[in-house]
Amino acid sequence: MYSSKQISKGSFFLPKLKRFNPLITIVRRAISPVKLTPEEWIKVIKPAEPIVELHGISKQFGGVQALRGVDFQLFPAEVHALVGENGAGKSTLVKILAGIHRPDEGSLKVDGKAIELRSPTQAQSLGIAVVQQEPMLFPDLDVAENVFMARQPRDRFGRIDWKRMYREVDQLLASLDVSFSSHTPVQGLSIAEQQLVEIAKALSIQARVLVLDEPTAALSAHEVDELFAIVKQLRERGVAILFVSHRLDEVFAIADRLTVFRDGTHIITTPVSQITTEETIKHMVGRELSNFFPKGEAEIGEVVLEVRHLTRPGVFADVNFQLHRGEILGFAGLMGAGRTEVARVLFGIDQAANGEIWLKGKQVRIRSPQQAMNYGIAYVPEDRHQQGLIMNFSIATNITLSILQKVSHLGLINPNQEQQIAQEYANQLSIRTSGIGQLVNALSGGNQQKVVLSKWLATNPSVLILDEPTRGIDVGAKAEVHRITSDLASRGLAIILISSELPEVLAMADRVVVLHEGSISGTFTRSEATQERVMFAATGQDR
Amino acid sequence: MTTTSQDVERTRQRSHVNQARLISRVSRVRESGLLIALIFIIIVVGIQAPRFLSVDNFVQILLSVAILAIVAVGETLVVLTRNVDLSVGSMVGFTAFVTAYFFKELPGINLLLGILLGCALGLILGIVNGLIVSFGRVPAIVATLGTLYAYRGLVFITAANTTSQVNASDVPAGYLALATTQILGIPALILIAAIIAIIVGYFLRSSHAGRQLYAIGSNPDAANVIGIRKERLVFGAFAASGLLCGLAGVLWGARYATVDATNATGLELQVIAAVVVGGVNIFGGSGTILGAVLGAIVLGTVENALNILNISQFWLQALYGAAIIGAVVLDALITRWLQRTILARRKKA
Repeated sequence: MYSSKQISKGSFFLPKLKRFNPLITIVRRAISPVKLTPEEWIKVIKPAEPIVELHGISKQFGGVQALRGVDFQLFPAEVHALVGENGAGKSTLVKILAGIHRPDEGSLKVDGKAIELRSPTQAQSLGIAVVQQEPMLFPDLDVAENVFMARQPRDRFGRIDWKRMYREVDQLLASLDVSFSSHTPVQGLSIAEQQLVEIAKALSIQARVLVLDEPTAALSAHEVDELFAIVKQLRERGVAILFVSHRLDEVFAIADRLTVFRDGTHIITTPVSQITTEETIKHMVGRELSNFFPKGEAEIGEVVLEVRHLTRPGVFADVNFQLHRGEILGFAGLMGAGRTEVARVLFGIDQAANGEIWLKGKQVRIRSPQQAMNYGIAYVPEDRHQQGLIMNFSIATNITLSILQKVSHLGLINPNQEQQIAQEYANQLSIRTSGIGQLVNALSGGNQQKVVLSKWLATNPSVLILDEPTRGIDVGAKAEVHRITSDLASRGLAIILISSELPEVLAMADRVVVLHEGSISGTFTRSEATQERVMFAATGQDR
Repeated sequence: MTTTSQDVERTRQRSHVNQARLISRVSRVRESGLLIALIFIIIVVGIQAPRFLSVDNFVQILLSVAILAIVAVGETLVVLTRNVDLSVGSMVGFTAFVTAYFFKELPGINLLLGILLGCALGLILGIVNGLIVSFGRVPAIVATLGTLYAYRGLVFITAANTTSQVNASDVPAGYLALATTQILGIPALILIAAIIAIIVGYFLRSSHAGRQLYAIGSNPDAANVIGIRKERLVFGAFAASGLLCGLAGVLWGARYATVDATNATGLELQVIAAVVVGGVNIFGGSGTILGAVLGAIVLGTVENALNILNISQFWLQALYGAAIIGAVVLDALITRWLQRTILARRKKA
């Protein structure tokens, strides 16, 4: 099953003519204008077999198709970058390689042998080491034990050989040039140092495949340089490195080849020398727009909220924007760009160190969510389960939770009034239910989202912040959330829409603010905003 | 690179290593802190009441905590994995009663057989706990709260159908001698507790399974990713706790001689107090057997001192409570201090 999308520069002949792979490579290299070094010629004449080969891999989570028939090859001594938007399927592929998820369809070969990866341990025994975005370590134990846990060297009596363990780990650490020792407790290490511990772990199992999932997300520029030095060193030793990232400048600095995923499909695989940043971004974006509900007409009124030079050190800096009545302001950006963090400050969960927030022409300080609500700000968080809803309460109780004063007299809740108000919103947002007494955990994702919305609308806000309002809900419910959002804007609400789905932002927003690593890298009006422009700004490329 | 810069580099690295060692030693601070607290108590009480300082009194203290220490060792295994065993008091009570009754009914029986019976009984009770927690996926605090009552109920049922009380005169002298015998001048009870602590401490330090108990408590998800079989190990910890409670029950019957259905009621709270005071993190992942045993000794010393100073027994409850809270607060402070020290070190580097 090959869709037309998959036929691309990198893999055009490969599906049918895999056996003649070396020949194709020779021909392709011969006709390519790139001059080859002697080492490269050796590789061409006697090409290495791929260490890892994925064929037709598909994976579904709930209703979401994370990967669709993906092909992928990883060769020894290459740094292979995997790029794509949020939700393109990169992390799913990583987790399949790590043995955490098992694909629904497709085959996996290691060293040319078909293999079913059943567990992380099995992946490790095959020499596949994965450094997750968030290192998975034991904070209470020291570095050496973290490297060797469950595999500690033993003496002839079967006792753990602590001396040998510390010696071996110190040797590994010496080759990585780190500033901590095998005795250091992991508790106090920075994320960068914890990644180095993971890499030391990979070295200790003599990994031939090293998967780095967004390794630079939490690192400073200097730490990135150090990491890259290690990556290059490993490549020289013949390790195959899969480098998952959305920082294109880093990809072009370190990778030999590059693969783009979009919407769970393989788009292209190519040497980085054969592609430009612009072309890469073009491949990354370009999702279908048809499923998205465009925003309806709304009269844009006066400025409701203005933010000036808002800064929270280490998280975001110098954020400026204006939000008008009846406007939907889209917040675009990649994971960790600081979008949610700005919202949290506006809602008083976190405090900004510097900057001003102006509401309806008056400067305000928002110290708590309670205060934010009093100012008429409502925030619908990303994680409905943890922050938005009490799952084993009824719909009615959830909706009136934020306005208890309104429905109670002398501190006691008036059930009739509670029911009445809840019913009103349930009707308004057409929550599909057997009755508002139904428990929230029995509802679908889309209907749950509507309950959250009702809860915040009940506070009668003038500013509504929606953080990933359609994540994890099906297409139908999505369209409905879009319709409701648009409807709210036309009734004069000022809305900030944070979304990782570019098409959603482009369809819904009157203006788009793009964040890149904590600062605004672009602001576009509806007519200016294209997927490519926004993605350029989101990846921090200058145009 | 010139020689001097190499030297500088080497010195820099060495100082890093030294600092790291220093910090790793801090993890043992709680145990040395506990020792200091213990010595402090001994000196203060010793000045008030010189007879507190006699060798005989110290032996009495150790005798009084030996059984508690054995149970605390088992409890430590469970707590390290981020679980808790609340049923230890009932397990000790049940095995003590059954063992004593067994010796009463069959006075001629081999002593070892009775001991093994008690241990086996404890092991079975521990296995039931382990099955409920590990494979039934019931939170440990709920599961063992249930078995705390269920096992105590078993003692009452047994007592109702047999005898309400086993007296010292009912059991063979050989059984009672377990608690009074001395080997090389040291009471057997203390020796048994010490041997148990050394064996389990050694297991925790030097075996794969022992280290994996720490891993599970420290970060269960990470343990899973590297293929540690969490269910099995947690099950093993509960079974071991039961086994040690069985042994403790056998010794309990020998030491107190008169055993009824309510014996060892409330022991679980003393055990958890000892473990927590001993620096075992109640959320798992860190702590040592040495710490737990020291915790038991500190609590025993406090109790003994209160007796000698003629302070009301009622104070004891309040002091247990204060010790638990103090230990947890101290734990939090040390963790914070540790992180700040490392942060400061990084800024300097």
